[in-house]
Amino acid sequence: MAIKVHGNPFSPPSQRVLLALAEKDLDYEYVFVDMSAGQHKKEPFISINPFGQVPAFEDGDLKLFESRAITRYIAYAYADKGTPLFDQDPKKVAITSVWLEVEALKFDAAGSKLSFEILIKPLLGMTTDEGAVEQQQGQLASVLDVYEARLSESKYLGGDSFTLVDLHHVPIVNNLMKTKVKALFDARPHVSAWVSEILARPAWAKVLDVLKI
Amino acid sequence: MAIKVHGNPFSPPVQRVFLTLVEKDLDYEFVFVDLSIRQHKKEPYLLMNPFGQVPSFEDGDLTLFESRAITRYIAYAYADKGTPLIDQDPKKFAIISVWLEVESLKFDAAGQKLSFELVIKPLLGLTTDESAVEPLQGQLALVLDVYEARLSESKYLGGDSFTLADLHHVPIVNNLMKTKVKALFDARPHVSAWASDILARPTWAKVLASIKR
Repeated sequence: MAIKVHGNPFSPPSQRVLLALAEKDLDYEYVFVDMSAGQHKKEPFISINPFGQVPAFEDGDLKLFESRAITRYIAYAYADKGTPLFDQDPKKVAITSVWLEVEALKFDAAGSKLSFEILIKPLLGMTTDEGAVEQQQGQLASVLDVYEARLSESKYLGGDSFTLVDLHHVPIVNNLMKTKVKALFDARPHVSAWVSEILARPAWAKVLDVLKI
Repeated sequence: MAIKVHGNPFSPPVQRVFLTLVEKDLDYEFVFVDLSIRQHKKEPYLLMNPFGQVPSFEDGDLTLFESRAITRYIAYAYADKGTPLIDQDPKKFAIISVWLEVESLKFDAAGQKLSFELVIKPLLGLTTDESAVEPLQGQLALVLDVYEARLSESKYLGGDSFTLADLHHVPIVNNLMKTKVKALFDARPHVSAWASDILARPTWAKVLASIKR
């Protein structure tokens, strides 16, 4: 099959890529990377991603890494298939770009650390650092305050429609809603409504089904 | 003037936007934001950037923040002017995207903090935290090892030509080359050649000259 995703079902970045493929209704082969065996740090994986992280991605002879580069590629290369994930107008796509940066550099900074501390560490037999959780919740709350203002003016973060921006949040939001951090989302009505919307998308249900999680 | 950049000339993200405008040969108005009186944390600045950071950007009625969203907008909207900074072919652009993510999430993570500790803090009369510098150098070294391998196969990070992926590095590389971190670049021949190349661009010299004014 032309499209292959090398990943791990519990990795939010891997889930991000699978969601983009599901939104685009694309077929792909999913190749499990056994991180417990260090497979991501060795050949042949390392030749696709020299940073030794999941996911890695192939489309024919094109090899990519970094989930947000992969999803952008999918969104552009398959613009005419499935859900439109960005706007063609340069000014509208610029607004989407702003919030793509915000997700990657501000939301994810706190969000993925919280997801790791609260959900992943226990699975690895490690202890959650409650001090770090407190601090990161504070950080996330500041970001969500900006989101609350934005979403009171705009149905989705990038504009009127669901785009790549909203999609990028889904895996971490999904994780956080299973923890006490849910309270931060529930306390902000527009954020809360947006969260329910994006988690309810059929493409996300498909991904959870494929990963059996 | 239609294009306005709001910021502080010593801020690397602001410089990133200046450089893109110069590469594109675009006229713009620079609006100074006085960080020392926390102008960026108050109205009306916050109306442009709810996170209270520089730069912010206007093009007519379009207002943007996040330097890398601004540069992407400039690169797309003015694709036919000045230096080509992106590629219209989805597969070539995907490769550029990968290294845009790497700069933003891996290089800058260490690079920006080192630049702040070693270059900015002294300018503000603050003391460098030497205990932080050592681990950050270690982090940067690992990233530069990947860059060394990449640049031994490819003249620039994104491919054969200078693109946004290289441009985004210029302000921080410029700062780091004034410090002991220069040694990390010098120790890697392909990285060193690439650093010299991107810093030697006449457009960057124009940016530095305009900052002095």
